[in-house]
Amino acid sequence: MNSKLLKVQGIKVNYYCVCKRKLWLFSKGITMEQNSNRVLSGKVIHESSYPRMKKKEVLVDDLLKLDIVDGEYIREVKMSSKMSKADRMQLLYYLYYLKQKGIEKKGLVNYVKEKKIEEIELTAKDEKEIEKVLKEINKVVTAKTAPKVKKLFYCKKCAYYELCYIEEE
Amino acid sequence: MNKDYYIFSHGRLKRKDNTVYFIDGGDNKRSLPIEQVDKLHLFGEIDLNSKLLNFLPRFGVMLNFYNYYGYYSGTYYPREKNVSGFMKVKQAEYYNNHESRLFLAKTFVDSATHHILRNLRRYEEVSKEVIEGIEKERNNIETTDEISKLMGVEGRIRKWYYKSFNEILKNGFKMNKREKRPPNDPVNSLISFGNSLMYTTVLGEIYKTQVDPTISFLHEPSTKRFSLSLDLAEIFKPLIIDSVVFKLINNRMIKKDHFDNEEGICFLNEKGKKKFISEYDKKLKTTIKHRKLKRKVSYQMFIRLECYKLIKHFIEDQTYKSLKAWW
Ligand code: SF4
Repeated sequence: MNSKLLKVQGIKVNYYCVCKRKLWLFSKGITMEQNSNRVLSGKVIHESSYPRMKKKEVLVDDLLKLDIVDGEYIREVKMSSKMSKADRMQLLYYLYYLKQKGIEKKGLVNYVKEKKIEEIELTAKDEKEIEKVLKEINKVVTAKTAPKVKKLFYCKKCAYYELCYIEEE
Repeated sequence: MNKDYYIFSHGRLKRKDNTVYFIDGGDNKRSLPIEQVDKLHLFGEIDLNSKLLNFLPRFGVMLNFYNYYGYYSGTYYPREKNVSGFMKVKQAEYYNNHESRLFLAKTFVDSATHHILRNLRRYEEVSKEVIEGIEKERNNIETTDEISKLMGVEGRIRKWYYKSFNEILKNGFKMNKREKRPPNDPVNSLISFGNSLMYTTVLGEIYKTQVDPTISFLHEPSTKRFSLSLDLAEIFKPLIIDSVVFKLINNRMIKKDHFDNEEGICFLNEKGKKKFISEYDKKLKTTIKHRKLKRKVSYQMFIRLECYKLIKHFIEDQTYKSLKAWW
């Protein structure tokens, strides 16, 4: 497999699982961060939790932003109680990516609200799935146009909602 | 949503540590909650330093400057942060193709005309002849094949429109002829002042998206102006500014003593400007339940939505259809 093809920003793995249209828009630089309060509150939580952890926000190859690297674990900080498939895939991708570089780690997810910690390990099955996802991501972001809007339960909370749904009669 | 701040007094804007202060001529110090500022509008004579200018882009704050008469003179624009090279290239393609440029230019003019007619229909005093004249002229938009001809159509529509102002306006306000440079009577100066504000508001909304403010379609892109702001302002001037002007005059909120006259230039004095801005701000914040989005949308947000529709048009996602107020 072409290893260059595998390198994407972690957030793209996340977006791929959430909505392919969102992934496409984001990959073209059409971002909405500045307008989203949810993203903002995510930031605030991030900055205020774990003030004593030293290695915060480690940037790997300009692609992965690891929240915390802590011994044999990389930690992710999440607000919501249930880890969605997207968050899980993103973390698995980090583990996969590091493994390609010869660094084997496990993942820990901290749920801030629930004060719960979950451990994640990369299995062979996960690796296969990640590889499949990476290929699919590549297909989406190299497409000439954006995937059309598909109504998702997530849309109403999405920062792209107005962009996606605005139209005139 | 962050707020706009208007400074009328003379004084000094400075940054100290992580706070921005305004110190007026009487040495009164007031801090500005910079995290909550969208744009700063400076009407007074203000000194500022580079420390401040280096600080503002962090918060995406725009500084708009107005001259002595209250007319827009320029913007200090934060270092662009919402850039998409992909979008920019696409937008430029639409400008470069005569057909696609004309298409967008026409929709802007058509939407402006829709809002003009919407204003006029609210007043019984406006003669049928004017409305029919404009409707007839509106039919010419579709068949026009040149931007310059389209401008001609727009000019004729505006002539009808401004002529009927004298039928709408009460309390002794009259407009002889639309005169921009410089405005020479109170009505003209209200329109000009409003249009300055509209321009900076539209620019502020464009800035929040990846649309490039310098690539325009109806107006010629020029190096001096963010001309896409002028394009989009066409849609919103009759919808927002003119209705504010009608309200201010007809409800006796603005009176003749809110204007000054110097060397043939008529302009709002400080009290007048404040009156205008407070009505304008109210209008921008007014919300409408959007029939497609199914949520409340402010007039200000309607401007951003035009940018979103343009983005979708440029990336070949959905053909642009301009706003035509339905409420
Ligand atoms: S609003 Fe819906 S369709 Fe649009 S990007 Fe978000 S999730 Fe995808």
